[in-house]
Amino acid sequence: MTAPLLDLRGLTKAYPGVIANDDVSFAIQPGEVHALLGENGAGKSTLVKMIYGLVKPDSGTMALNDAPYTPAEPRAARAQGVAMVFQHFSLFEALSVAENIALGMENPPKPRDLSARIRDVSQAYGLPLDPESLVGDLSAGERQRVEIIRCLLQDPKLLIMDEPTSVLTPQEVEILFHTLRKLSAEGTAILYISHKLEEIRALCDAATILRLGKVVGACDPKQTSAAQMAEMMVGKSLAQPGRDASDPGEVLLKATDLSLPAASAFGTPLRDISFEVRAGEILGIGGVAGNGQDELLAVLSGERATPRGAVEFNGADLATLPPEARRGIGILSAPEERLGHAAAPDMTLTENAVLTGATRKGLAKNGFISWGRARAFADEIIARFDVRTPGNHVAARALSGGNLQKYVVGREILQDPVVLVINQPTWGVDASAAADIRQALLDLAQNGAAVIVISQDLDELLEISDRFCALNEGRLSDPRPARGLSMEEIGLMLGGAHGMQEAAI
Amino acid sequence: MIIDPITLIVALITISTPVLLAALGELVVEKSGVLNLGVEGMMIMGAVCGFIVANQTGSPTLAFLAGMAGAAALSFIFAVLTQFLMSNQVATGLALTLFGLGLAALLGVGYEGQPIPDVAKPLPAALAELPVIGPILFSHDLVTYIAIASVFAIWFVLKHTRIGLILRAVGESHDAAHALGYKVVRIRILAILFGGAMAGLGGAFLSVVYVENWVQGMTAGAGWIALALVVFAAWKPGRVLFGAWLFGGIAALQLRLQAAEVGVPVALLDASPYLVTILVLVVMSSDRARAALNAPAALGKTFHASG
Repeated sequence: MTAPLLDLRGLTKAYPGVIANDDVSFAIQPGEVHALLGENGAGKSTLVKMIYGLVKPDSGTMALNDAPYTPAEPRAARAQGVAMVFQHFSLFEALSVAENIALGMENPPKPRDLSARIRDVSQAYGLPLDPESLVGDLSAGERQRVEIIRCLLQDPKLLIMDEPTSVLTPQEVEILFHTLRKLSAEGTAILYISHKLEEIRALCDAATILRLGKVVGACDPKQTSAAQMAEMMVGKSLAQPGRDASDPGEVLLKATDLSLPAASAFGTPLRDISFEVRAGEILGIGGVAGNGQDELLAVLSGERATPRGAVEFNGADLATLPPEARRGIGILSAPEERLGHAAAPDMTLTENAVLTGATRKGLAKNGFISWGRARAFADEIIARFDVRTPGNHVAARALSGGNLQKYVVGREILQDPVVLVINQPTWGVDASAAADIRQALLDLAQNGAAVIVISQDLDELLEISDRFCALNEGRLSDPRPARGLSMEEIGLMLGGAHGMQEAAI
Repeated sequence: MIIDPITLIVALITISTPVLLAALGELVVEKSGVLNLGVEGMMIMGAVCGFIVANQTGSPTLAFLAGMAGAAALSFIFAVLTQFLMSNQVATGLALTLFGLGLAALLGVGYEGQPIPDVAKPLPAALAELPVIGPILFSHDLVTYIAIASVFAIWFVLKHTRIGLILRAVGESHDAAHALGYKVVRIRILAILFGGAMAGLGGAFLSVVYVENWVQGMTAGAGWIALALVVFAAWKPGRVLFGAWLFGGIAALQLRLQAAEVGVPVALLDASPYLVTILVLVVMSSDRARAALNAPAALGKTFHASG
């Protein structure tokens, strides 16, 4: 066996109140695609931040090609051949592709040479990209290409990818995998973080599994089933959400030719959107973020003015109803952005419960808030959705992303909505909590509510929705029964790889 | 009543110089993502420091350097408060203006009406005597030429150099810049100091060259106009120059109209440069979508490195 490219021994990092990494050791071979698996909060992000020089370990050593490796900052890591593609893109929207790439390089060539090199590399790896276009105008898949090319221009020996496929269409995932396999064949090692187990089985040569900051196992993903890996991650077997078949009732919410101009320079206009949801039905809307999801939710929740006659609830026009009145008649919504949109960051959980629950739960009378009831409602959400928090007096900001997600989703579900519109219900939530949320949505539909689930997670949509449609560049495809749809068909509904073909290699 | 267009243009360029300098400095500060509302306070510090040193040493060069240093020192207080102690930029900037005005008044006690040396013109007098273009192009002070050269220099640096790209990146998304390993706080502090020095140079020009006297509160809102110019000029140096000249032009024109005793209330004439400049710039920047594209996305947001 050859010497490992990167050897981690006993890495430990503690933050106040939590040990993010506890004695983590494993090794990555040259040219290997190595998966790092684990639930939210398992310590994956902290670990890669240490490798990339953003965080210093408290103890433990790293060795790169048998030499001690202690990057003080990302610059040092890049200089030694370690590159990283971030989960939340580290791109600048108002700058061009070439400018963004230049910012990530130590000694960028002249702008003209750089553009030429970007074109060369993007051709060689099948990642078409125009160096002059503004990043703000690009799709999520194209933005990721910018990040990848930024890394590739520096000939990395180790490429770290943090949840790279969460924003891609199936076709874009195929292109990405093709690129990664080519890189791996050329000897570049890849550290691949994801919790999409089927992808890991398709792509990776080895896997290390983290739970609560500790390495709990290693496996060969090609020999291990997804269920086995999931059990190692969670430490117990997962219950599959399910429900009894039922016939949908009458149409509750109906949109007809709904169009709306974009709200900002980087927003997406809605174009002729038509759909209907029936009582007891879950309508799944798939698509890559930034294709009108936020705008659609804003129109349905009443945040943005609805054009006259475009959206009907029980046959009545919704156009003139503001958000609070819509909540009153049972149209509830949970937006994607948890901090600052679904919840006010510096207010307590109780106060946040009052913000949307006041009308339907009777938390306020004649303008006076009933704190007793508000606290009881907050406690109910916390108990029912297993929100890990010291109590209802804690500021929303203090909760981890997954926990706050459970709270804001639970807050809407427990208000007995007639129609629930929810964007990314399980974004950033770990596997077992995600299963709970999905089950709650299924129960809601079972009890006669109409549910619209907007999500990028196609597996999730196929699992819970009755009908599926795709939102692409502000247009909604015709809904199709979710049962029996293949990934191939969904990919085509999502607009393929955004009109970009893989370049001939 | 006849107004000579040539002297009007010469006066316009002189009057606009302090505002132009301060606005260019603030443009760089805001491009790095920091909103410093203390421009007025920094300008008046520059004015008083410049005047005192001119009076004490008799050297205009030292006076300008002292003006820049005084205002930069004041801006360093802002930098420490907002970048290290993470105080609110709006509140800190407003406090800086009040503090600067008060401190300048204190330092300047006894200097009103004191003599200072004349500032020599950089170009030979023969050039300035050429008809028409002579006074317009060749009769100005060195600082005025520096201000106009700065317009092009700042445009070039922001657009075509790596340091400019990094500065814009920090102002666009400090988190992304930090993730790439750039020193957000250090870059912002340098930008704030640069903005302070530019405002100070503008203030010193006002007291040492243009008014040739120290008067309490003599900047009279020029710092605020500089702030407004930056926003309405959509953070573009060329438009800042246009806005500053517009402001200077109306100011020079209304002085002449006042002297000619036109039948318009003096208060209205006094206010006209501020009114007209803001109105024109508002109309120019009315295309919100395009203006937003150029605005630094992280403007005024506190950066805290975590994780």
